Amino acid sequence: MNQPDIETRGERLFLSGNEAIARGMWEAGCRVAAAYPGTPSTEILEYTAQYPDIYAEWSVNEKVSLEVAIGASLAGSRAFCAMKHVGLNVASDALMSQTLIGAEGGLVIVVADDVGLSSSQNEQDSRFWGRFAHVPVLEPADAQEAYEFCFDAFALSERFQTPVILRVTTRVCHVKGVVRAAGERQEHRVADGFQYKTEQYVMTPTNARSRLPGLFEREQALRDHSEETALNPIMDGSDRRLGFVTSGPAWLHVREAFPDAPVLKLGLSHPAPVDKIRRFAGRVDRLIVVEEVEPLLEQELKAAGIPVSGKDLLPQIGELSPEVLIPRLYPLIGRKPQPAPAPSAPDQPKREVVIPFKPDGQGVKMFPRPPTMCVACPHLGIYYTLAHIRNKIISGDIGCYTLGAGQPWNALDTCISMGASMGVALGLDKGRNPDDDNKSIIAVIGDSTFMHMGMQGLLDIAYNRGNVTILLLDNRAVGMTGGQENPGTGRDIHGEETLRVDFRKLCEALGVRAERIHEVNPYELPTLFKVLRAETRIPEPSVIITHQPCVLTERYSAQPPFAVDEKLCTGCGNCLDTGCPAISVTRRETVVKPNGREKELAFVTIDSPACTGCELCLKTCGPDAILPLADFTRE
Amino acid sequence: MSETTNILVVGIGGQGVMTAAEVLAQAALQQGLDVKKTEVAGMAQRGGVVTSHVRFGERVLSPAIPSGEADILLGFEPAEALRWLHYLRPTAVALVNRDRQPPPVVNLGLFDYPEDPVGDIEASGIETHALAAGQLARELGNPKLVNTLMLGAVSGYLPFDPESLKNAILDRFRARKPKLVDINARAFERGRESVLETA
Repeated sequence: MNQPDIETRGERLFLSGNEAIARGMWEAGCRVAAAYPGTPSTEILEYTAQYPDIYAEWSVNEKVSLEVAIGASLAGSRAFCAMKHVGLNVASDALMSQTLIGAEGGLVIVVADDVGLSSSQNEQDSRFWGRFAHVPVLEPADAQEAYEFCFDAFALSERFQTPVILRVTTRVCHVKGVVRAAGERQEHRVADGFQYKTEQYVMTPTNARSRLPGLFEREQALRDHSEETALNPIMDGSDRRLGFVTSGPAWLHVREAFPDAPVLKLGLSHPAPVDKIRRFAGRVDRLIVVEEVEPLLEQELKAAGIPVSGKDLLPQIGELSPEVLIPRLYPLIGRKPQPAPAPSAPDQPKREVVIPFKPDGQGVKMFPRPPTMCVACPHLGIYYTLAHIRNKIISGDIGCYTLGAGQPWNALDTCISMGASMGVALGLDKGRNPDDDNKSIIAVIGDSTFMHMGMQGLLDIAYNRGNVTILLLDNRAVGMTGGQENPGTGRDIHGEETLRVDFRKLCEALGVRAERIHEVNPYELPTLFKVLRAETRIPEPSVIITHQPCVLTERYSAQPPFAVDEKLCTGCGNCLDTGCPAISVTRRETVVKPNGREKELAFVTIDSPACTGCELCLKTCGPDAILPLADFTRE
Repeated sequence: MSETTNILVVGIGGQGVMTAAEVLAQAALQQGLDVKKTEVAGMAQRGGVVTSHVRFGERVLSPAIPSGEADILLGFEPAEALRWLHYLRPTAVALVNRDRQPPPVVNLGLFDYPEDPVGDIEASGIETHALAAGQLARELGNPKLVNTLMLGAVSGYLPFDPESLKNAILDRFRARKPKLVDINARAFERGRESVLETA
């Protein structure tokens, strides 16, 4: 990662939205920053951690990260937490009470919506939380605004004594653009130390009740502010047939598709400036709300009696990019859009699309390319083994190992939310029908996910005597988001040594019997298979901890590579069942076996420059056709 | 819209698509242009499809290239280049690495790999230049040079001096791995020549 250049002033920086937020937070005098990694928000804290004078931490989950930020705010410091959209579901318990308490030092929740689902289990609109918790929502459109809005967010938070949501989307987080950073860090201090305000800070029913009227007065004051703030500018246009109200990156898409149309851009999108929008509506022939994802503003405007169009014309799913806007809106003003392009869904594991490549529309079938596990990934051996266990239901979780649901393993049967593998497994056990009496319930969870929200579920399994075998895949990293540290790695966000959780002791403390806890090397296939089969037959909770590091982290050490001896390969294809992407097929052959049945053979090769010598495929190879690459070069 | 140059860089996670896009963006920045570049992270690094949109001009609005408006396609893998064909203008240029990387689902026999993806792109009427970047990199003595070879290949089709792009990539090596500056300079030139040979 690039080191932030803190000496840079007023120059053209080329930053992603996530880098720009880190920069803005630092310059705005933020003193405490906390987050749990999650795409597309992860890099915000990674960059923040590189600035001086700011405490940054990986929290164990998003709720804790918000609580840390709340504490810092009450201590009089500017603070923020950052998370992906689903993280705010976890943190919302704290938010819904904190909104009554308010804020001392500026308190900002950066939430990154994965509009378009590049790497998430759902697509949800975090702007809802602004309505639900009665807190303002800011929506930057690009990196420059992501930087600037940090200052606005803290100022709003302190002026109106409220938590503030800074809502970004994948198209802000992961788009780099030119940013002009104003200057240096402004130290900020709102009070002389912690103030003892029991009636405000202790949310008993009595205290909370007395805070409720203030919550709605605050919202009204914010609504009035929204009518006049420079965050909600009108950009005039010469072609008044269509006018737009929009926010976030959708504003850029609207400007691109309709450069001459008047636009009211909402930087402070909740509470919305309804009167301003009403006046704006009177100046255009037809007003269209362009918002990603839900019709929140549209419904509010319709309730206020302002005639607008929105989701009647535009989809409620995904980004509203120019290629979505143009075919749907150009016909309204008599313009002909280009023909709609062929849909492409490269990450759909089970579908191929047709690419029309010739002028006559003739096409070629294109395979999908779903994400794969890495070469030598320690999860490969686990899923190879799981695929060979019969009569099982596998309760999965969120992480790289969710990919075990795909080819060639097909060894994951549910995946819902962080940590859910535990409770779901217990429910599968307790709710099983007689048809499933012979089935083993297996839960698969990663180290970081376990500490995020899985521990409580394991406690529940142990306490309620569930019959579940748990595979705790400890690869000593938050793998999917790029190998961040967690309490299981023994290092903090700066890579400095700290305590390291002992998973065996932890599981024992949560109530799993010591003799039911095993530590296994996931590359040792026979051992893994034996332990897993034995534990699934014992009707009590057991935990199998695998402990080999993520291959993308520096904890992994590559070994000399292997290659396939063509003369020895029998085409059985067993090694392909590991799912290692370094193995590929060189030719296929159909043979007729003595019993008259046809068998498809697949002869393989190993991409030796990619191979890191984990030896997993060796253990699946009957004829011992996989040998060290060095043996071949010697010949 | 027409003043914006749109470059679509495509490939597979781990091939250096993001780095190539970053270098293109830096070179455009040095021309004093407004630049936007999308980055894809998350699951894409797991061998999945990676695309990066690089747009530059006087003022760039949407970071996403509208389909049918890409001016240049830089494809690190032939089937991936074909996959995004509908993003190209009829007047676009495609620079494509010939080295095939079939995914596990093809190896497992579940899907077929297109017979001749580069031929298909040509058949669509797009000006296409293909190079065997992997082989060229091995000839130069380092398989990691694919990225620089591809940048060399695209350098002649940009609206600014190819030397600007060459400097942008060599600057990266000067800052981080000065020993590799010379070999990357050679790789850049080799990539540039290789597409002239096919022109």
